[in-house]
Amino acid sequence: MGFDLEQVRPEEHEELKRNVLVTSLEQLKGWARSHSMWPLTFGLACCAIEMMGTGGAHYDLDRFGVFFRPSPRQADVMIVAGTVTKKMAPLLRRLYEQMPEPKWVIAMGSCATAGGPYVRSYSVVKGVDQIVPVDVYIPGCPPNPAALIYGINKLQEKIRYEAKTGKQVTNR
Amino acid sequence: MIRTEELLLNVGPQHPSTHGVLRIVVKLDGEVITEATPVIGYLHRGTEKLAESLNYTQIIPYTDRMDYVSAMTNNYVLVHAVEKMMGIEVPERAEFLRLIVMELQRVASHLVWWGTYLLDLGALSPFLFAFKEREMIIDLFNELCGARLTYNYMRVGGVKWDAPPGWIDKVRDFVPYMEKQLKEYERLVSGNEIFLARVKGIGKYDAETAIAYGLSGANLRCTGVKWDLRKNEPYSLYDRFEFDVPVGTNGDCYDRYMIRFEEMRQSLRILKQAVEQFPSSGETMGKVPRAIRPPAGETYVRIESPRGEIGCHIVSKGKAEPYRLKFRRPSFMNLQILPKLLVGETMTNLIAILGGVDIVLGEVDC
Amino acid sequence: MSEENKREAGRQEKPAAARREEPGEERREEPPAAEQQEPAAAEQQEPANTQEVSGTEPAGAGAEHPNQPQPDTMPEHPDASASDKPAEPAAPAAANADAPSAPAGEAAGAGAVDPEREAKIKAAQEARAKRLAAKAAAGGEAAPGDAEPAEPKPPSPKQPWLDEAVELLKSEVHPEAVEEAVINELAGDMPTITVKAEHWRAAAELLKSHEKLGCNYLRNVTGVDYETHMEVVYFVINLETKREYAIKIRTDREQPSVPSAVPVWPSADWPEREIYDLLGVDFPGHPDLRRIMMPDDWVGHPLRKDYVPLDPEV
Repeated sequence: MGFDLEQVRPEEHEELKRNVLVTSLEQLKGWARSHSMWPLTFGLACCAIEMMGTGGAHYDLDRFGVFFRPSPRQADVMIVAGTVTKKMAPLLRRLYEQMPEPKWVIAMGSCATAGGPYVRSYSVVKGVDQIVPVDVYIPGCPPNPAALIYGINKLQEKIRYEAKTGKQVTNR
Repeated sequence: MIRTEELLLNVGPQHPSTHGVLRIVVKLDGEVITEATPVIGYLHRGTEKLAESLNYTQIIPYTDRMDYVSAMTNNYVLVHAVEKMMGIEVPERAEFLRLIVMELQRVASHLVWWGTYLLDLGALSPFLFAFKEREMIIDLFNELCGARLTYNYMRVGGVKWDAPPGWIDKVRDFVPYMEKQLKEYERLVSGNEIFLARVKGIGKYDAETAIAYGLSGANLRCTGVKWDLRKNEPYSLYDRFEFDVPVGTNGDCYDRYMIRFEEMRQSLRILKQAVEQFPSSGETMGKVPRAIRPPAGETYVRIESPRGEIGCHIVSKGKAEPYRLKFRRPSFMNLQILPKLLVGETMTNLIAILGGVDIVLGEVDC
Repeated sequence: MSEENKREAGRQEKPAAARREEPGEERREEPPAAEQQEPAAAEQQEPANTQEVSGTEPAGAGAEHPNQPQPDTMPEHPDASASDKPAEPAAPAAANADAPSAPAGEAAGAGAVDPEREAKIKAAQEARAKRLAAKAAAGGEAAPGDAEPAEPKPPSPKQPWLDEAVELLKSEVHPEAVEEAVINELAGDMPTITVKAEHWRAAAELLKSHEKLGCNYLRNVTGVDYETHMEVVYFVINLETKREYAIKIRTDREQPSVPSAVPVWPSADWPEREIYDLLGVDFPGHPDLRRIMMPDDWVGHPLRKDYVPLDPEV
């Protein structure tokens, strides 16, 4: 064969740069994971309707590789869409623990972020981050589908960043 | 010897049937259900308690989030209750706007129901079609009041925003488009053998049972009882428009399906008439005192939401906040029949029946 | 008590001139009644009259009023007036006077006149007198929208429904079953009957099965926590004739207990469970009374006015 990497001519170098991708395994894993995130269908309240709308034909989520899985064992990311009540909280924790690693959580809507309009209620958990560690918070009541897509993109960026640099963006 | 055991299965709060956080604890003998107990409360947010410390205008956004698929009707029930107590008259243009958005909301809500019902039964494409049409309605709402789902549009005495120029024409153009689409969807689904086998004769009950269990909406009308609050206890401007109330005969899932489908058509008919009669000018808010303080006493109003009869019971002590605000939620009452209806059914029919009842958990739990 | 005063004050701000006219007329018209009422809580009588006129009472409170609704409910009032009700203040003497508080049903308070209330009532009376004087000076015609200030408002078309139901309840269930029966104008003239808790089960059966009433559809059950007592309100309707009633049952606050209506109307099942969960009212006869909205191990009843959450920081 005799392909000596030390003796590459500039034209060949250009050719190589255009056609050969060199990366680390971590980055490859990050790229793969971020481009095929499978969320758990965890719509609790009104944000669930917007999530369904985002999955619909107009704001398609499938083009990002995101399609919803009903079982936690097959899901990567849990999009907590809606108000988390104290009755629901233990189940949410159990579902989170049933998800295999690597897993992420997106808190969609102001109820999941911090209690939302029901923050003074006796039966609402003021923010899902009291129960599970959250990666991305999406404010809104309910957030526009475009905002949800932006949040998912941010999570994708975070996955790739953490894979590339090995640094954690937030301390979990 | 074959030994059988009863299995206790939890159709848990998180399940792909997109109705929300409802849990049904089911005792199974093979595939047949012997006992089913719904467990609710996973979305109980304490709206009624919160309402006791907010004034009426501040409660309107909370009503949106109760039955989040049909938020306009919830808005209306609260403002109608307060207006009735205070004797406030709503100007005509505002009332027309309210009626138009309520009927558009009815179409949107039935579309969500249709899409998710068929998704439960296994048909994946109608969900996408339904949401495509719904996006058009939501665009109209977005233009009118700025929000896609939780509109916070109505106020005591009128509506908050007037229709922007050209909005009524868009509604007028939407109606024939939607009618055409409905014809197509009917052709797509209603003759389908698999669909018919899954819903015909499933979940039957008679009128006595329906009345005894306090069902309302399509669940009551599928048994033959012609009770629609828009006709029997008219509110708003419904007595000015001609429309039919579809009534079923058998009381099974298929009748409920056909009734809701037909209700969409009738809503479009109302919309057509309303757009013709829409006053070209007028106020959007009536004469409302600055501080909304209904007189001491109580009132109970009810309107026909896409799910059934939604009612609002206000006990007021003359202050700006209600002393007790209670919503009679149709999905809460409709769900009571489930334990009785599910005995003897198979698991697959459970999904079909549950979808046919058309519940929204935000409303069940309030 | 001060609540009632505030309500009175609120009422008096109401623009309807009917209110301003009628109390004056009332006072002039019922000297015979007034004499009897004078000695007993006179100050309470005036506001009581005022409220009855403007409140839920369709027929006026004139003593010689022909459309006297439910004279037969009169005997209830000596009992009723003793009980603690949040409604308008009672005049036990009104029972003697035979007119004003009959259907409106007043709370006790005959003797308990505290100085603050007296002062407020006096102030209200002075304000009213001033207004009337000003009106008379201005040529006091009936204000627009006021039908006949000399006559009370015409009785509601649903009055016969109320009368019939009360008759039947008293004759077939128990003469003491009905505590109070009014037409609630704010709710579109809904006949509102207050039934005693121990007779509620029988009354419910009667409401459902009697052919004249036949209210087979239970629309709504609400529980209300008035700080002095608890109330459970049932809304029933007959779908064919559209005859509807709102039935209130009062019960005390420490051990609230209302017989369950589930054997009569199965649709009361979950609403009663909800009222038990959120307010703590017990429903003996309910097939499965347990918590429905809150988790099973929750402590306390959240919708009560004195509820303190155990974990507000979560």
